[in-house]
Amino acid sequence: MSSNPSGGIKPKHQRLVLIIVALVALVGAGLLAAYALSNQASYFYVPADLVKAPPEQGRAIRLGGMVEKGSLKTRSDGITIDFIVGDGKARVPVRYTGITPDLFVEASGVVAEGRMEGQTFVADNLLAKHDENYVPRQMGDMTPEQAKQVVAETQ
Amino acid sequence: MHGFANPARFLRLARWMMPLLLVSGLLLSMGALLYGILVVPPDRLMGETVRIMFIHVPAAWLGMAGWSTIAIASIVELVWRHPLAAIAGRAAAVPGATFTAICLATGSIWARPTWGTWWVWDGRLTSFLVLLFLYFGYIALSGAAQRDMAGGGGGNRITAIFGLVGAINIPIINRSVVWWNSLHQPPSITAGKSAIDGTFLWPLLIAAIGFSLIFGGVVIARMRTLLADIQAEARLRRKAMA
Repeated sequence: MSSNPSGGIKPKHQRLVLIIVALVALVGAGLLAAYALSNQASYFYVPADLVKAPPEQGRAIRLGGMVEKGSLKTRSDGITIDFIVGDGKARVPVRYTGITPDLFVEASGVVAEGRMEGQTFVADNLLAKHDENYVPRQMGDMTPEQAKQVVAETQ
Repeated sequence: MHGFANPARFLRLARWMMPLLLVSGLLLSMGALLYGILVVPPDRLMGETVRIMFIHVPAAWLGMAGWSTIAIASIVELVWRHPLAAIAGRAAAVPGATFTAICLATGSIWARPTWGTWWVWDGRLTSFLVLLFLYFGYIALSGAAQRDMAGGGGGNRITAIFGLVGAINIPIINRSVVWWNSLHQPPSITAGKSAIDGTFLWPLLIAAIGFSLIFGGVVIARMRTLLADIQAEARLRRKAMA
C-alpha cells in the first residue's frame, strides 16, 4: 500500500481527501438544516416576536421572557396571578391561574404555555426557566441586589 | 501511530493503564461527589437540587466525548484502516450511551422541581435524546459488523460512516441553546469565563476529570475484551478448518 510504482496518489491520501470533502459537505448540510430550522426549532416566542407578528387569537403558543420586577400581582381569589413578561424590547401582560413552580419569581425567566386573548397572554401552564448563573446561598459573596432578594424570599 | 497497530503492544500498555485509570477515576469522582453532596452550600434559587449538576454536567460532557471518540476512530478506520480503530469506536459506544442516559435521567429529575416539568421538547433536550438513539444505532450496527467479520471489513467501514455522519449532532447539541430559544439554560462555562460560582465550579471540574478517567478505563477494558473475543473466534475458526 505504501509503495506506488505508477507515481499516482496513494490510496491512503485519496481516502483522506474523500473524507475531508465528505465532512465539509456534511457540516454544510447540517448548518443549512439548522438555519432552516431556526424559527421552527425555537421552544418559545419572545415578547418582541409577539408584538412584531401577532399570532392568531386562541392558537396554542409558548411565550418566554423575564418576569418584570414589581409586575407580579395576585388577584383576590388567591390563585390567579397577573404579571408582565418582557425581553427588553417588548412587554406582554400574562394571566395565570394555578400553582406556580418554586423558581417562579420576579426578575427571573419564565416560559408560559397558553394563548393570546386580546392583548393578554392567558397561560395554562408555567415553566420556570433557570439561567446559567449558579450562586450559593451565602450572603457574604452576594451583590446587594441578590442579598435583598434572599432576604425577601426568607421572610 | 502504527506503532500501536500491533494489538500485543496495545495490550501490554492497556494492562497497567486500565486499573490506573479506573482506580484514580473512581477516587476522584467519589471525592468530588461526596464533597458536592456534603460540603457545597445550596444554590440561591435551586436550593439542594443544584447538587445534581455534579453528575449531570460531567455525564453530558462524556456523552458527547464518547461520540467524538467514535468520530475520530471512524476517520482513522476509513483513512488509515488502522486495525484498532473499529475496536476503539465500538468500545466507546456503550460507555458513551450510558453517560448519555445518565445525563438525560438526572436532567429530568432536576427539571421537575426547577422548571416544573420532567421533559420538554426544546432544542437541547431533543438533540440529546437523538444522541442516545444514535448510540443505540451505532451499537447495533457495530455488533452486526463484528459478527460479519468473515465477510471482510466492509461492515466496519459502514459502521465508521455511520459514526461520522452521526457526529453532526455534536455541534448541534452544543449550539442548540444559542441558536434556538430553549428552556434549557445557555452554557455556563464558555472560553475562559464561568457563570458558575467557584464553590460549585471546582467540585464540578474534578468530577468531570474523574468521570473522564473512568470513561477511558472502561474503553480500554472493553477494547481488551473485544480483542480477546476476536482472537477466540479466530482460534475456533482455525480449529473448525483443521
